[in-house]
Amino acid sequence: MSRVEFMQGNTACAEGALTAGCRFFGGYPITPSTEIAETMARKLPKAGGVFISMEDELASIAAVIGAAWTGARAMTATSGPGFSLMMENIGYAAMTETPCVIVNIQRGGPSTGQPTRAAQGDMLQCRFGSHGDYSTIAITPNSVQEMFDLTAKAFDLADRFRVPTFLMADEIVGHMRERVTIPDAVEVTRPGPLAEGSLPFEAGDDGIPGFAPFGSGRSVHVTGLTHDERGYPDTTDPEAHDRLVRRLVAKVESARREIADYEVVNPDAETVFVTYGPPSRTVQQVMRDRRDDSIGHLRLRVVWPFPEFALQEFGNAQVFLMPELNMGQMVREVQRHVDQPVVSIPKIGGELQTPAELVQVLEAHR
Amino acid sequence: MRHEVRFSGYGGQGIILSAVILGRAAALYDGKYAVQTQVYGPEARGGASMGQVVIDDEPILYPEVAEPDIFVIMSQQGFEKYGVLAREDAVMLLDSDLVRSRPACRCCEIPATAEAKGTLGREIVANIVMMGALVTATGVVSREAIERAVLDSVPRGTEELNLKALKRGFELGERACNL
Repeated sequence: MSRVEFMQGNTACAEGALTAGCRFFGGYPITPSTEIAETMARKLPKAGGVFISMEDELASIAAVIGAAWTGARAMTATSGPGFSLMMENIGYAAMTETPCVIVNIQRGGPSTGQPTRAAQGDMLQCRFGSHGDYSTIAITPNSVQEMFDLTAKAFDLADRFRVPTFLMADEIVGHMRERVTIPDAVEVTRPGPLAEGSLPFEAGDDGIPGFAPFGSGRSVHVTGLTHDERGYPDTTDPEAHDRLVRRLVAKVESARREIADYEVVNPDAETVFVTYGPPSRTVQQVMRDRRDDSIGHLRLRVVWPFPEFALQEFGNAQVFLMPELNMGQMVREVQRHVDQPVVSIPKIGGELQTPAELVQVLEAHR
Repeated sequence: MRHEVRFSGYGGQGIILSAVILGRAAALYDGKYAVQTQVYGPEARGGASMGQVVIDDEPILYPEVAEPDIFVIMSQQGFEKYGVLAREDAVMLLDSDLVRSRPACRCCEIPATAEAKGTLGREIVANIVMMGALVTATGVVSREAIERAVLDSVPRGTEELNLKALKRGFELGERACNL
């Protein structure tokens, strides 16, 4: 069974989290993400969950990590300024392999910037914002339906790979209302349990240790320091650090194909748009208006780990065009994976590229 | 066919709610596609408020409103900020007691606030009167759909008042737009 609603993206995100079994939200309201906290505050207690309005974003992400270590599906939602404050503990979540979901409804930055306007300015921050080497997963919805579906998916990926997982949305999809179908249940994959006789940070070939949250009966020591398979600090042995951090990166990067989620339209095209999030809708509009098979479109729903193999599907590509709501962030990632020219179509200030703007660039590059 | 509907007035009139109700009517009860957006800024009660809806028979890709073909304007400031540049073949419904200016496009003058205050006894349903007139004047959604969407969206206990306001809007729309 399912129900159909006309709903705001932020509300759909909260519904997706609840349906995926999220039972903890720790957050500090910030525009334009506030409706997520509001919805969770109203609905989580009725679902047997816990909502805590924290004193700031440092505490919010810390509470989420703590809740995740009790075995709860846990999340927070924020925007640029709060996201920046979360960075240190996002590294802690990566180092301790804590499954959790962080929603960023992106707005114009830097600093407090444009609280009520859309941007995609935090796309590199979600990958590299905390110190040290690590890998995470980032997902980019372009509709209200995807605010639901991909939030639910984020919880699954977070649990499967034991990584902090980001829903990198923005003010446009956060605040628009569209029809959305809400199923009663979604498929839920929980982290694999810690096998008898295994150490808490001992992983098999996939690099993902079994998870023994507090209260599961196993003794686990959790630390942000470099640690051995028992979880005990081992901060000076170069090999211990190398083994741990390479595994943290490899468990995500080696699963790029498994994690990848993208759409390919007109793979034989010579001119190819590469998009994620709302600019994809402007590209789709241009393609529908022009009914032109010589334009290709790669739309990424998962941007990190970056699926560079998706670019190879456009065997005839002469040029890649990349509209983003920033001054050119993910375009760098595309540029380093292809030999063809990659043209950035940046836009900042809070508005989506219009079809006419994209057509202008399109005409100039074919 | 793609329609772009823009609502504007002052904060507190239910401008955004009007846009949500229209989107809901189209997307849930008329089998169409709808995207509702709004100017989301620091405007407070009394400031110019604006909400808009794209309605189409096919999926809506580009979600923003570029050039509305339908306007519902409920304040002079709203007209000046969001209505004055209406294209010539647009239709504009305006609250005739609150908006002094008149546009170059086709215009339906609806005394919605006066009607809500007078006949209906509650000024707060003026936006629903406008909604009724909008549906009559443009047919952008069906009467059945808008009725259901209004009933979904108003507080319990006010259904009868709101339906009365909507029906009054249907009548005023017919009269003002010479249908």
